[in-house]
Amino acid sequence: MAGNTIILAVVILGVIGLVAAILLFFISKAFKVEENPLIDDVAAQLPGANCGGCGFAGCRGLAEAIVKAGNLEGLRCPAGGNSTMENIAKIMGLEAVAAEPMVAVVRCNGSCENAPAKVNYDSMPSCFFANSLYAGESACPYGCLGCGDCVGSCQFNALHIDPVTKLPVVDVNACVGCGACVKNCPRHIIELRFKGTEGRVYVTCMNKEKGPVAKKNCSAACIGCGKCAKNCPAEAITVQDSLAYIDFRKCTLCQTCVSGCPTGAIKFSNL
Amino acid sequence: MKTFKIGGVHPEAQKLSNEISVETFPLPKQATIFVTQSLGAPAVPVVAKGDKVKVGQLLAKAEAFICANVHSPFSGTVNKIEPVADFTGYKKPAIIIDVEGDEWDESIDTSEEIVSEIKLSRKEIIDRMKACGIVGLGGACFPTHVKYMLPEGKSADYILVNAAECEPYITTDYRMMLEQTEQCLVGIEALLIASGAPKALIGIENNKPEAIRHLQEATKTHPKIEVVPLKTKYPQGAEKQLIQALTGRTVPNGRLPIDAGCIVNNIATTHAVYEAVQKNKPLIETYTTVTGKHLANRKNYKIRLGTPLKEVLDAVGIPENTGKIISGGPMMGKAMANTNTFFVKGMSSILFLDASESKRIPESNCLRCGKCIQACPMGLEPYLFRMLAVHNRLDDLEAHGIMNCIECGCCQSGCPAHIPLLDTVKTGKSKTGAMIKSRQVKKS
Repeated sequence: MAGNTIILAVVILGVIGLVAAILLFFISKAFKVEENPLIDDVAAQLPGANCGGCGFAGCRGLAEAIVKAGNLEGLRCPAGGNSTMENIAKIMGLEAVAAEPMVAVVRCNGSCENAPAKVNYDSMPSCFFANSLYAGESACPYGCLGCGDCVGSCQFNALHIDPVTKLPVVDVNACVGCGACVKNCPRHIIELRFKGTEGRVYVTCMNKEKGPVAKKNCSAACIGCGKCAKNCPAEAITVQDSLAYIDFRKCTLCQTCVSGCPTGAIKFSNL
Repeated sequence: MKTFKIGGVHPEAQKLSNEISVETFPLPKQATIFVTQSLGAPAVPVVAKGDKVKVGQLLAKAEAFICANVHSPFSGTVNKIEPVADFTGYKKPAIIIDVEGDEWDESIDTSEEIVSEIKLSRKEIIDRMKACGIVGLGGACFPTHVKYMLPEGKSADYILVNAAECEPYITTDYRMMLEQTEQCLVGIEALLIASGAPKALIGIENNKPEAIRHLQEATKTHPKIEVVPLKTKYPQGAEKQLIQALTGRTVPNGRLPIDAGCIVNNIATTHAVYEAVQKNKPLIETYTTVTGKHLANRKNYKIRLGTPLKEVLDAVGIPENTGKIISGGPMMGKAMANTNTFFVKGMSSILFLDASESKRIPESNCLRCGKCIQACPMGLEPYLFRMLAVHNRLDDLEAHGIMNCIECGCCQSGCPAHIPLLDTVKTGKSKTGAMIKSRQVKKS
């Protein structure tokens, strides 16, 4: 009797399973979504970090867009770089356009020494929140808040906060230039610049206040004196709102500005 | 005893300065008046460097709909107009005046006499409130006249006066009820005319029995005004909670108090309305409590706007071991990042916390105890908001009603794991608000 019950249960379950399988087979035939198999091939080439650097929510979004568009115009995986784009171009039967690789630079040098803290922040460690509350520990309303929103947004472990200066440091070898940190910095301190082979020259300050005001809070602030712009042989430097900006497309890395800056606000980084 | 239905907490009242009479703070040598002192758009300066100004003269004009005029609290010469850091450290445009004497504009009635008879019509009262730059002094600084420009088809059944003063420590409203009783009541009468409402209710928490008794006595000659004692519970003075406590009505989701037939004003605002309507005096002063457990020299001051905060701090003496100075109360106030700033409309308290009170306790894991849900007076789920905000799930935050959060801080104050719930909820709320705004822009 007991044996019969077990067999009966197995048979009933088996029959239900079979009927469901047949049903599902036909349903999946009837509702089949036609998808270009190229999408899977392209997606397989992408890094899979879903960093959002391409402008889409994830890697698959970019793959779909590339296959749909049929060309690579304006579609690029900054994380994968030129080699990834070449592979994708091969799959798509297109010609890849090599682009200069980019890297993130931190445009603030308001370290604990340069910009001493006047108040202490003892709240949630979020730059976004701190930015809504106050101007910053050093009272510079343009400077780094040091809570590490950029570090949290980086999918490639390329950022960390230096324990001494309390400023974010970019690991140039790990940074792929996806721009996630750029989007997440409430003070817009991080910028993407050409990675280059020799290094980068940039102004490590975002303070648009007048010289003396900026200098009061931070000894390394750009005071907008314009000396760099005057001496630049490549005419790559412009000064606007008491703040110098070096155009990385024009800069020849001659470093005339670095030695000439009275506050040391221009940095050459060859890491 | 009347109160709101759900949530709320019972922080220690700490009304340490409620027996101290209001003192007038002496005039400074130089003052800085911020051009924007209300919610909404910035006002536009109408004076220039070198201009002579009198007390009560217009300094900055409101050009947008939600904006309030700013008047000179001092007589003297405009020294310059430049950005000055407020208590957050961010710089805002301000007018700096060298104070010379104390000469008032002729149109202002400076006598002490109480004028009870209201001669102005409904429209004239609203215009006067607008001209005098009256803003809500409960903390949000919303221009008061805007509340009385009722949308078509809407009418007010009640004027509700918030005299709950549910924030711990602050005592200016209490002192005002005792010292300026008749002025406040005439102000409420003016608001009744301005709104067309038949009845006004004053809600006072029952931990202020003297104020309740005093106002009940005084309202005998004002039949339209009734004093309603409320249970002592935070946030009794929050707009939606006060409406529910006093009238039993609920403001619909995402709507305004007028949709429930109510207009809510703070008791301090009614005093400002009295001065504007009966004396033509613009809002140029603020009543401020200077308090703290370890502060010996506690004060209730009447201070002209634009007075340097430093002078007040020097007058009371910053006690040793001060960890934090807060503008406002301990529940909703903000810690000052910069004390080298100036008084603005709605700065109702300067609170000193000592080093141990101002230190945060490190957070531990959420216990899922549900205390934050119990405490939330809006019936929301703060623990859920926190999880969603940490992962930036803004659509889910919107779906769970984060925009209804009134940022009262009940959830955080009672959390046994010391999780900064309010901080995360505020972050999520502002990100969600920005998302909704950008969506509306896209649609239009």
